Amino acid sequence: MNSQYVKETLLKFQSIIALLLMCIALSLLSDKFLTVDNTWNVMRQISVNVVISVGMTLVILTAGIDLSVGSILALCGVITASLIKFGIELPGINLFIEFTILGAILVSILAGGVLGWFNGFVITKFKVPPFVATLAMLTIARGLTMLWTKGFPITGLGDDFAFLGTGWFFGVPMPVWISAFVVVIAIVVTNKTKIGRYIYAVGGNEVASLLSGLNIKQIKIFVYTIAGMLAGVGGLIVTSRLDSAQPNAGFGYELDSIAAVVIGGTSLSGGKGTVLGTVQGALIIGVLNNGLVLLNVSPFWQQVIKGLVILLAVIIEKLNSKER
Amino acid sequence: MTEIKNNLPVIQVKGISKSFSGIYALKDIDIDIYAGKVNAIVGENGAGKSTLMKILSGVYHDYEGQIIYKGEEVKFSEPKEAQDRGISIIHQELNLIQQLSIAENIFLGREPQNKFGLVSYGEMNRIAKLQLDKLHLVVDPSTPVSQLRVGQQQLVEIARSLLLDCKVLIMDEPTSAISDKEVKLLFKIIKDLTSKGVAIIYISHKLNELFEIADCFVALRDGTVAGSKQMKDVSRDQIIQMMVGRKIKNNFQKEDVTGDNEVMKVENLTFSHPVRRGGFLLENISFNVKRGEVVGVFGLMGAGRSELLEAIFGLHPSLVSGEVWIEGKKVEIKTVKNAINAGIGLVPEDRKLQGLILNMNVASNTSLANVDKILTNGFLSKSKEAELSQIFIKKLKIKVSSKNQAVKNLSGGNQQKVVIAKWLATHPKVLLLDEPMRGVDIGAKDEIYNLIEELCRQGVCIIIVSSELTEILRISDKILVLCESRLTASMTRKEATEEKIMKAAIPAI
Repeated sequence: MNSQYVKETLLKFQSIIALLLMCIALSLLSDKFLTVDNTWNVMRQISVNVVISVGMTLVILTAGIDLSVGSILALCGVITASLIKFGIELPGINLFIEFTILGAILVSILAGGVLGWFNGFVITKFKVPPFVATLAMLTIARGLTMLWTKGFPITGLGDDFAFLGTGWFFGVPMPVWISAFVVVIAIVVTNKTKIGRYIYAVGGNEVASLLSGLNIKQIKIFVYTIAGMLAGVGGLIVTSRLDSAQPNAGFGYELDSIAAVVIGGTSLSGGKGTVLGTVQGALIIGVLNNGLVLLNVSPFWQQVIKGLVILLAVIIEKLNSKER
Repeated sequence: MTEIKNNLPVIQVKGISKSFSGIYALKDIDIDIYAGKVNAIVGENGAGKSTLMKILSGVYHDYEGQIIYKGEEVKFSEPKEAQDRGISIIHQELNLIQQLSIAENIFLGREPQNKFGLVSYGEMNRIAKLQLDKLHLVVDPSTPVSQLRVGQQQLVEIARSLLLDCKVLIMDEPTSAISDKEVKLLFKIIKDLTSKGVAIIYISHKLNELFEIADCFVALRDGTVAGSKQMKDVSRDQIIQMMVGRKIKNNFQKEDVTGDNEVMKVENLTFSHPVRRGGFLLENISFNVKRGEVVGVFGLMGAGRSELLEAIFGLHPSLVSGEVWIEGKKVEIKTVKNAINAGIGLVPEDRKLQGLILNMNVASNTSLANVDKILTNGFLSKSKEAELSQIFIKKLKIKVSSKNQAVKNLSGGNQQKVVIAKWLATHPKVLLLDEPMRGVDIGAKDEIYNLIEELCRQGVCIIIVSSELTEILRISDKILVLCESRLTASMTRKEATEEKIMKAAIPAI
C-alpha cells in the first residue's frame, strides 16, 4: 500500500520530476545553465510556445486539433506591424486611419479570433474534420501573410512596441508576464467555469454531452476562437521581440505546441489533460532546446533528440494509464 | 462445493483475487467449470462477473491466485493467447467491425491466403458460409455486418468462436437484445456445442433462461462466491437470495394514480424518415400523461420506441412535427436545452455511449445537465457540487468508493443510477427512460422500481420504453403499444394482458 502510494505520487509528478532531473543534469554538464540570465532566457524563449499551447490544450481537450496557429501567428504579426507603421490608407475614398500601439494590438488579437472562429465555424457547420479545416487555414493564413507583405519583412516598429517582447517589468521579462497571465486565466477557466467543464465533457463524450443539453457547436467554436486569439498574442510577442514582422514567422510552431500539450499528458482523444501539464511540457521542450545549445550539440542531432523525448513522454504516459 | 461428475473440470479457478486501486472486485474465488455443460454465473451488477470473465479471457493479467486449464496452470498475457488456447468470449456489447463483411469478421486476424500471399476471399466466403449454415443463419457471408440485426450479429460472433475451435465459450448476457425466436435458436446451438464437449460459461440476469439451458450455476456476491449448485436442485427464489443476500420484494405493485391532472400532452407527433422519402419513423402519435403516472411504451425492435423518446426530447427538430404541451402550455422543443427547460429528462438506452462522460467522476456527471446550479458568483463551486452528488449517492444508493471515483470504474447498475441522478438533479416533470433495466441486475432493478414509485408519489411522470413485456405490465399505469411507427394500442394496467399487447405489437401482414 505504501509503495503503491509512492508510485502514484511519482506518476502524478512525472513531468516535474523529469524536468528537475534534466535541470540537475544540465547544471552539472554546463556552468552556463544554472544562471539568472539563462533562466530568464529559457523562460522568455518558451513564452510564445506557452501562449499558443494553452489554446492548443483547449482544442485538444475537445478531441480536436489546430494546425493553423503558426500561420495565424505570422498573419497577426504582420497585421500589427503594418497598422503601427502604415495605418490603414484607402486613397480612393481619401481615408487614412492611424493606429495607436494599443489599437494595433487589439486589432491583431481580434483578427486571430476571427480566423480561429472561422476554423470552428467550418468544423461545426460543415462537419469538416478539425485536422483538415485547420490544415486549410494553415495554408490560407500563410498565403495571406505573403500577399500582404509580398514576402518582405516589415521592420522598424519603434521602442514602445518593442517593450512588449524585450522589456522588463518588476524584474521579469514582459513575455513571461504575458504567458503567466494567459496560463492563470486558462487554469481558472478550465477548472472553475462552466465552459471549462463543458470543454472536458465534450471531449470525454460528445453524444452524452449533447444529450445533457450542452451546445456542442458553441463550445467548439469557443475553443478554436480562443486558440486563434492566443496565436495572435503569440504573434505580438514574436514581432515585438524581433522589432519586425517576418512573413515566415511561426513556421512549424503548431508542432512544437502539439508536442508541449502531449508531453504535458493531455490525451489527443480528448477529455483528459490540464493546462498546467502543458506548461510543464513547454518547459521540458524549452530546457531541452536550451541545454542542447549550451552543450554544443549539432542542430541536426537536436531535432532527433527532441523527437525521441516526445516519444518517450507519450510512451511513459501510455504505460502508466494501462497500469491503472 | 459439490462434485458434479467424476471427470475433472476443464477450468479450475483457485483463490483468484483482483483489486482496482485498493478496492477488491474479486476476493479469493474458487470456481470449477465443466466441459460439456452450461455453467451459469449469476450475480448482481458489481458482484465481479465481468472482472472474472476478463481474467479468464486474458484481458486482465495482474491478479492473485491460479487458473488451472486442462490440468496445467495458465496465465494469459492477452486475449489472443486465450483464444489460441481455446477460450473465447462473446461480449455483451458485440465486438464486430460494422463496415466489414460477415466473412471478414469471422476470419479477422486469420485470413486465409492464396499462393501470392493475398487474402483468398473465395475460400473465406466458402468456409464462412459453411459455418453460418450450421447456425441456421441464411445470409450471404459477404454482407456487411452493419446490415444485420443484433441477434444475427451474435450468431456471427459465435461462428467466429466456432472457427477458433474453442473449448470454452463465455457468453455475457447473450439474450439481452434478441427476440424470443432468436433465443430459441441460440439455445439449440448451445446444446449442440455442449454435446460436442464445449464448456459454456453463461452469464445472465434472466433466471428463467437459466432453468431452461444451464446445468449448474455459481452465484457471486460482492466479489465472493455466495453459492453454487446444480440447477435442478435449486429454486428461483433460492438463487435470488444467494445473489442479493436478502429477501426481495418480488411483486412490485405501483399505487394507482388518483385524480387526473394532465402534465403532458403529445399531439400528432410525426417523425419523418431521414432517408426514405415519404416514410415515417413515427406517424401521428397522440397521448397524454397524468401527474404521477407511469406510461409504458412497448413495441418490437424497430417499432419506433426509442424514436418516440428522442422526438419528444428535441433530438431531431428538422424531421419532427407535432405538438407537445406541458402543464397546459404548448412548448417549442427544438433542442435538448429546450426540453430540459420544459422539465423533461432522458435516460438513454446506452449509458456508456450516450449517458455518461466515463472519464469524469460521479459528482461531475451528476451536475452535467444542471451546471448552473453549482455556480457561486459564476464559478464552479466544488462544495456545492459535492453536496449535490452526495444527495443522490445517498438517495439512489450509488455504490462508490468516493465521489471522485471515475464513473468508468463503477458497475453497470451504479452507472445507470448516476445517469438517473443527473436527470433528477434537474427536477424534471417528465422523465423519459429508455430500457433503464437493460444489463441491470435484480437487486438494482428492484431499487430502480422503488425509485420510480417514489418519483411518481412526488408527482413526476414517467415514460418508460422496455422490450420486456413482464416489466411493462409490472410498472405501467398505462401502456402504449407501437407497431411499425404507429400507435396501435393504448390501455390501462387493468385492461392489459400479455396477449393483447403482443397482438397490437406484431404487424398484421
